[in-house]
Amino acid sequence: MTESKPLGGKIITKPFLVCAFFFAIAAVLLVKRFIYGIGAVSNLSDGYPWGIWIAYDVVTGTAIACGGYSMALLVYIFNKGEYHPLVKPALLASMFGYTLAGFSVMFDIGRYWQAYNLFLPKYFQLNSVMFEVALCVSLYIGVLWMEFSPTLAEWLQAKGLKKTLDRVIFIFIAIGILLPTMHQSSLGSLLLIAGKKVSPLWHTGFLPLLFLISAITMGFAIVIFESIISSVGFKREIETPILSKLAGIIPFLLSIYLVVRFADIIIRGKIGLVFAFDLRAVMFIIENILYIIPAVILFSAENRRKNRQLFIAAGCLLLAGSVYRFNAFLVGFDPGAGWQYFPSFSEIMITLGVISLEIMGYMIFVKKMPVLSGVRQA
Amino acid sequence: MKLEEATDGSPVSGVSRRDFIKFCSAVAATLGLPGMGDQIAEAVTTQKRPPVLWLSAQECTGCTESLLRTNHPTLDRLILELISLEYHETLLAGSGKQAEDWRQKSMKENQGKYILVVDGSIPVKDNGIYCKIGGKTALALLEEMSTQAAAVIAIGSCASWGGIPSADPNPTGATAVHEIFKSKGIKTPCVNIPGCPPNPYNFLSTVLYFLTFKKLPELDEQARPKFAYGRLIHENCERRPHFDAGRFALQFGDDDHRKGYCLYKLGCKGPETFANCPIQLFNDIGSGAWPVGTGHPCFGCTEKGVGFTKPLHSPASPKYFTPPSILPRVDATRGHGLTIAGVAVAAGIAGAALGAGAVTAKKLGKEDEEQEKSGSREK
Amino acid sequence: MDIKRRNFLKIAAGGGLLLAGGVPAMAREPKQLSPEAVGILYDATACIGCRACQTACKQYNDMPVEHSSPDSVWDDPVDLSSKTLNIIKVYATGSGLNKDTEIDGYSFIKRHCMHCVDPACVSACPVSALKKNAGTGVVSYDKGACIGCRYCQLACPYNIPKFEYDKAFPQIRKCQLCEHRFKDNKFSACCEFCPTGASIFGKVSDLLTEAKKRLTLKPGEYYNYPVAHIKSAQVSYRPVAKYLPRVYGEKEGGGSQVLMLAAIPFEKLGMPALDEQSDAAFSENIQHTVYKGMIGPGVLLAGLLFAAYKNTHKNDE
Repeated sequence: MTESKPLGGKIITKPFLVCAFFFAIAAVLLVKRFIYGIGAVSNLSDGYPWGIWIAYDVVTGTAIACGGYSMALLVYIFNKGEYHPLVKPALLASMFGYTLAGFSVMFDIGRYWQAYNLFLPKYFQLNSVMFEVALCVSLYIGVLWMEFSPTLAEWLQAKGLKKTLDRVIFIFIAIGILLPTMHQSSLGSLLLIAGKKVSPLWHTGFLPLLFLISAITMGFAIVIFESIISSVGFKREIETPILSKLAGIIPFLLSIYLVVRFADIIIRGKIGLVFAFDLRAVMFIIENILYIIPAVILFSAENRRKNRQLFIAAGCLLLAGSVYRFNAFLVGFDPGAGWQYFPSFSEIMITLGVISLEIMGYMIFVKKMPVLSGVRQA
Repeated sequence: MKLEEATDGSPVSGVSRRDFIKFCSAVAATLGLPGMGDQIAEAVTTQKRPPVLWLSAQECTGCTESLLRTNHPTLDRLILELISLEYHETLLAGSGKQAEDWRQKSMKENQGKYILVVDGSIPVKDNGIYCKIGGKTALALLEEMSTQAAAVIAIGSCASWGGIPSADPNPTGATAVHEIFKSKGIKTPCVNIPGCPPNPYNFLSTVLYFLTFKKLPELDEQARPKFAYGRLIHENCERRPHFDAGRFALQFGDDDHRKGYCLYKLGCKGPETFANCPIQLFNDIGSGAWPVGTGHPCFGCTEKGVGFTKPLHSPASPKYFTPPSILPRVDATRGHGLTIAGVAVAAGIAGAALGAGAVTAKKLGKEDEEQEKSGSREK
Repeated sequence: MDIKRRNFLKIAAGGGLLLAGGVPAMAREPKQLSPEAVGILYDATACIGCRACQTACKQYNDMPVEHSSPDSVWDDPVDLSSKTLNIIKVYATGSGLNKDTEIDGYSFIKRHCMHCVDPACVSACPVSALKKNAGTGVVSYDKGACIGCRYCQLACPYNIPKFEYDKAFPQIRKCQLCEHRFKDNKFSACCEFCPTGASIFGKVSDLLTEAKKRLTLKPGEYYNYPVAHIKSAQVSYRPVAKYLPRVYGEKEGGGSQVLMLAAIPFEKLGMPALDEQSDAAFSENIQHTVYKGMIGPGVLLAGLLFAAYKNTHKNDE
């Protein structure tokens, strides 16, 4: 296994500048948000209090950022040391994904200056799923940075610090697996209380389990996806052998997911809703086709050795998980007759800016710090 | 008397031509027919005075009394110039046998041409013995007189739907004229002018309409002229803004009552009573000359089921939900939906992402093929 | 399968069994109505759509006028909002001429916070900004605690909490039953000013008894409807309407302190069809099953610490 080292190279590249441009637009819009209120830059309303900032930035964004979680699970718990070179890039993506989810929360909530109330025991409301998610995610962001700290120490060439960190890292790893298990399932549990306001195609007592399994699979998918893109983007050889081994786990997890998903809907007697072929039914079908495609593709060992199939399967799986979350939080959300929601231009541009910031951060860290393994140039 | 005979401007019979035309214009306005004043003047002055017979049954004479308070025309002008009042128990000079003989003679002479005005309800219990005139029951008189009339006008609530005599327990079986007609199969057209008393101008306008156009004005399903009874009091009431804003007088004489607030809570039946009192007003003395205007709630005197039936101070049940229609619907459209910019940028991002993905996939596919061909795939 | 994984799985399985065994004991009990709970009985058949309640609510809660369009000159909100805590809406069908009938008829409906017995908003709020008073049962809002996450908006089955999307420093707004007037021996302004007694205030137990009594009366017979307060001497003597045999709020969503009577099906009036179990109970049941006492997470963490230690200290063996 080759050691990881900085990629080097210019920071200011064309992709970097494009990202910077989108982030600049978002920054301006965020200033507007803070001066004029949330309504000035979004289409959120009393019927639809949560829009793409929650559905994408927080819920989907953190699921996509489950690379660190899934890899930690594999490497440190199931002791698959051979995946080790994939850990640091996954961790980096997770770190940024979660940090920016936290950042998104800070501009989505209305009374942000009192956000610290979440951490004051006198305000704790232990029955609230949101309480658990908020605390869990905040703590996890800290943990991710701690898990990444050995790399930072290496970059800063603080050998003593690195040695200490290496000794206690197991605590952060353990916590870093516990926390996402808790909050990724709880992100699904958030919808439990919405009851009849979420379509029966998505509302079920199994939401936490389904969200957890799909988050784990998205974690594996993002590792594969990001690894391929990063190799193609930085013109390095694709780490196919490792990726194909990783891909082998996915069909197994997806089978469990799909069985639970469909058995639950059928037993609750709601499968008829699919045949209404309205917007919700069509989106449900799309969501599950996107899940079935990678399950089928990755079932064959032959496919798992081909970069193209890996890429398509991983991409579909990420899309599937994203569409599932969008469907549960937005498409399937029905506050009653007359209400409507579609994100506004500003709202979308802000989200795009956040994504761009993440990509920029990733590019900087990967070039300056020892994250990517020293694989041959393609 | 023809209008042309008075072109020198001198008053004819004490009324100047100008006043007379003004009167006819006022009548036209009441009927909701602006601009037809001349036509009405013509009709009135060119015909032989049309005969009218007036049958009074279980009445209080209030309807006749209210006609005394008219100005355009005054009652004397009406009965001396405009119509030929052949028979009226209160106003007739003669009485007793003389009056009855005259009635029979007039009916024979004007058979099929006279208007029969009926006020008071008709008792039907015990063969109608509870109201007799000249030894005949009002019921029999009604049958006899209406079958030979050109049209019947039931003036007042008693004749229109029963009125006070018909109030619970209705011991005499007081019945409305049109109900008698229905049960006896009498086909003479009948108009109801309810009210206790009705606004006299509603009656006068109807009579003059009939004389001018030889037919009755547009009627609602209760045979009331729509120009007078087409709207609820509630729809024309000057205190309606107070109702809409929730400002109510709670007791007679309290501050809110003095401020002229809505009288709904004091039992005003305006929301379920059809009449034109707030517009037409009474006694030609200006605004406020109607019950609500003086500070007393309307009790629904024109309306069957309301007047003399519902307690004075119990709240009304609105007949239908009237404007202002600013009451929102239960499923009004709310929230913010698709905008062109939003859809465009979302589609753009989706397209770009999918496009990039497709290009990358293709590139990878080519690389896979090359690797396969050169056989350098690691196992 | 190597030793580390086997150990981990053993621990995880043990934890799972512990959780499964503990489940029945951790099921969340439905909340009960407090004996002193106060609320409102709204009788749609008595409502005449005058909106005195809407006006009074604005006045006594210092709410501004709300315009639904640039042309409107008076207060004409389309729905509850951050400026309108109580609203009268109308449902009309066909010609809309007959009150309280389904065919060619119409009915009014009064919307505001239902002050649920087991509120979803209280369960949802992470910082206890929404709290239910143990005595009166009023669900009130504390802006000092609120972080503006709007989870309460998502949770409420009636869509009651409204948010000030147009402000830089927004709050949640909703009816609080005029709780601030209780100390002066006054009650909800909407009830105080309702002229017909369509909206009356009182102890929920009394209101429920009254509502059920009305359902037994014969349509058309006259009845003394109390006005403003259930115990008020002022009454409105008028005929009984043909009620739908159901008191809305008695059981819906775990019950609420605002009860409703109507002649037209409540779903048509915009009231959601809810199960008897409250959403809060459903959500907390599942959440507690997994997290009660943090036993499950604790066990899982122990296993993870063990496995992670072993895997990162391989050199020490």
